Amino acid sequence: MQVNGYKPLIVAFCCNWCSYAGADLAGNNRLNYPADVKIIRVPCSCRVNPMFVLRAFQRGADGVILCGCHPGDCHYTSGNYYTRRRMALLFSMLDYLGIERERTRVEWVSAAEGAKFAATMNDFVQTVAALGENKRLEDLRCRK
Amino acid sequence: MNRNELIREQVLRSSGVNPRKCMRCGKCSGTCPAYDEMEYHPHQFVYMVEQGDIEALMRSKSIYQCLSCFACVDRCPRGVEPARLVEALRLAVIRQKGMNRLTPDDIPALLDDEMPQQAVVSALRKYAK
Amino acid sequence: MRRIGVFVCWCGSNIAGTVDVKAVAEALKNEPGVVCSADYQYMCSQAGQNLIKDAIAEHRLTGVVVCSCSPRMHEATFRKTAASAGINPYMVEIANIREQCSWVHKDMPTGTAKAIILGKAAVAKVNLNTPLTPGESPVTKRALVIGGGIAGIQTALDIADAGFPVDVVETKPTIGGKMAQLDKTFPTLDCAACILTPKMVDVAQNEKIRIFSYSEVTQVKGFVGNFDVTIKRKARYVKEDVCTGCGLCTEKCPQKKIPNEFNLGMDNRHAIYIPFAQAVPKVATIDPNACMMLKNGKCGVCAKVCAAGAIDYKAKDEFIEEKYGAIVAATGFNPISMEKFDEFAYSQSKDVVTSLEFERLMNAAGPTGGVLLRPSDGEHPHTIVFVQCVGSRCAACAEKGKEYCSKICCMYTAKHAMLTRDKYPDTDVYVFYIDVRTPGKNFDEFYRRAVEEYGVHYVKGMVGKVSPEGKKLMVQASDLLAGKQLHIAADMVVLAAAIEPDKSARPLATMLTASMDTNDFFTEAHPKLRPVESPTAGVFLSGACQGPKDIPETVAQAGAAASKVIGLLCKDKLIGNPCIAHSDEWMCNGCSTCERVCPYGAITYIEKEFRMPDRTTKTRRVASVNEAVCQGCGACTVACPSGAMDLRGFLNKQIMAEVDAICK
Repeated sequence: MQVNGYKPLIVAFCCNWCSYAGADLAGNNRLNYPADVKIIRVPCSCRVNPMFVLRAFQRGADGVILCGCHPGDCHYTSGNYYTRRRMALLFSMLDYLGIERERTRVEWVSAAEGAKFAATMNDFVQTVAALGENKRLEDLRCRK
Repeated sequence: MNRNELIREQVLRSSGVNPRKCMRCGKCSGTCPAYDEMEYHPHQFVYMVEQGDIEALMRSKSIYQCLSCFACVDRCPRGVEPARLVEALRLAVIRQKGMNRLTPDDIPALLDDEMPQQAVVSALRKYAK
Repeated sequence: MRRIGVFVCWCGSNIAGTVDVKAVAEALKNEPGVVCSADYQYMCSQAGQNLIKDAIAEHRLTGVVVCSCSPRMHEATFRKTAASAGINPYMVEIANIREQCSWVHKDMPTGTAKAIILGKAAVAKVNLNTPLTPGESPVTKRALVIGGGIAGIQTALDIADAGFPVDVVETKPTIGGKMAQLDKTFPTLDCAACILTPKMVDVAQNEKIRIFSYSEVTQVKGFVGNFDVTIKRKARYVKEDVCTGCGLCTEKCPQKKIPNEFNLGMDNRHAIYIPFAQAVPKVATIDPNACMMLKNGKCGVCAKVCAAGAIDYKAKDEFIEEKYGAIVAATGFNPISMEKFDEFAYSQSKDVVTSLEFERLMNAAGPTGGVLLRPSDGEHPHTIVFVQCVGSRCAACAEKGKEYCSKICCMYTAKHAMLTRDKYPDTDVYVFYIDVRTPGKNFDEFYRRAVEEYGVHYVKGMVGKVSPEGKKLMVQASDLLAGKQLHIAADMVVLAAAIEPDKSARPLATMLTASMDTNDFFTEAHPKLRPVESPTAGVFLSGACQGPKDIPETVAQAGAAASKVIGLLCKDKLIGNPCIAHSDEWMCNGCSTCERVCPYGAITYIEKEFRMPDRTTKTRRVASVNEAVCQGCGACTVACPSGAMDLRGFLNKQIMAEVDAICK
């Protein structure tokens, strides 16, 4: 997807039990979303270390989204609650550093919500593309 | 926002009551000592405020028949506090009229030995800003 | 350096239609560690799998990347393929280029470009994969059921039926639980004792089942398949194996004014007692707080009259240690205290009773012999008011009531009302309700029968207050549908008290490291899909300890819990998931953060000796993950402040490598 000629780079962390399956369902139903989204599978959204998010921005990602099971539905009972708290903190810190709030997001997508997954990704890519390039945290040494 | 909604917001804000918490059990009306005097009853106050039917309530005498005994507040299983809502409604009426129906100066003339302190306090609650 | 093979699947035209598979294979050939790459139409077919096996042999591969459909589809297939070719199955990674690429992107260049990036990420990950071996642990083929009510009884019977030994631990002198106290059961109105007591006898006679009555679990150690449990057998001062249950001692005992718990204090028992006639085990118990012999050594009547010589005043608490493979919590419920609900005058009048007390008053074995009489003066009540939701759905203050719906009250109140009208048609029966909730087979029909055939007056509205006036109880309530306030002069008021988990549940949950909700109900591993298992492996839930439940549901859940236990005990060894957390003991500073976030209680701390660089030995407190219990969520890895915790199969450096590959 391009907005003002810009194609963003999006990293999506999806929990194995709900959101990754939701992404598969979006595929099964042939629901389009931008190819800018690259999914990394994690066992639970609570596996996502804030370090990974920072690393993505350091390597030049324009947006990072975490998807997990709906509150109360976590495969591991309470993992997504940890995610919610950790990311609230991390995102406010990123905001303080000048990374717009819109570039980060936590979304609950169940294994049955293929349509929601595609819609979420469409919306997120649109939002991030509109913000344009994000190079505030990029480590130039990482550039090839 | 029309006038009705405006007053509703005002009443909700000054009372701190969330009428959506009501599960319509009617314990407030079951416990109310002034029930028979009232045109609208405590559970109806809550429902009418929730529905935004404020002006009918403000016109009704029922809000002055409330004794401010707070039995409904004590017994409500959901913590809705109907008496606070009534109090806020009376306040809204007074604010619209722009005057106190009872001032501290009026009180000495009304007092007698029989009157409990609580009645004086609740009279001020009911009739003054 | 790894030797990695990349295998790109066409999936017919599913992938090849939008992704240039040849280009993908070509592009990935130059990634670090990749020594061969190939594409094939159906990689999951026998021929495709053989292609992988041959490549592993030919190129001496140590890692495999398959670019194909979702790992949720064929990860297991390709892992098996790799294992059969002699490499560790966890050295295989899947790049999902079908569901997350070819199916959602329309044009070839976009799809191909994304597929290459996904492939690169998978290669980057495999480069850091380590061979993993699932842990194995043995299983003790014996189950422990904590609680001897209908839930525990049914679970124990079902497990024993499958041939496994079961121990039932019950704190009371007899099993039977709440159901033994009930009169009739809805919606069929068969008598509780008639259907429960045969089951109690079955438990007593089953060779596979041991009953530890008058006992408590005091310590639980170990983990799934290998629990070490300490059970305290409280001294009952009667030899269980000698006592014949003749009951002579209970008649002769001079201490006869002890409130009878079984009848909820509405009549009295002796200091030595058998709770009820059908008790299992049918053995007398001496109440140490009431017995004169135990208190000051003066009496000894029971020992004199006992022909069997079963009385032993010198008995002491005994502790038994036993190993179990699985533990079932079936601790049940209690009605909440009515002390805080003064508006209903429970403490002021004996004629205000709870529903469980009413149950005893209606029961043929109860204090009134099954004749409904007022507790205060023994007269027949002519007007009875039932109040529903007393303490249930009460969000206002937590110390007073419970926020949840107690679920069973609507039905038992309908039952009480119906039975009262059936036995005493001259009685006026009022039921004050907020909502009548009767979801269940034949439940609504039952409630309607109470209204339509038995003429029970159902009034919408909560009772505001009850005040005793002379012999009457004045009930003030509002009829919300009629819009008027009612004043009823009642002879009896019955309160449908909310139910709460038994007080023993929380300490037990702490021992089991099983999680609980804010109401002290045990939490299930998954609210929909694993409703009878605790998140703690090897701990199962049966009955009302998991949430309010009626008897049919309890029995169903008890059977389900038993089948889960049987499934566990059938295994000779437990094969774990190797993708679990592990701690780097050199980095761990023993801070306990990971222990607190772990939902499974898989992390414990051990004192370990370390050989320091200066050749001294130092003892440090470090985290240790129990491999049989850890489920591999990774919550601890993020919480760990020193970065000592990591998750095998999803290592920090692996995920970072994926991020790097994607962001390149």
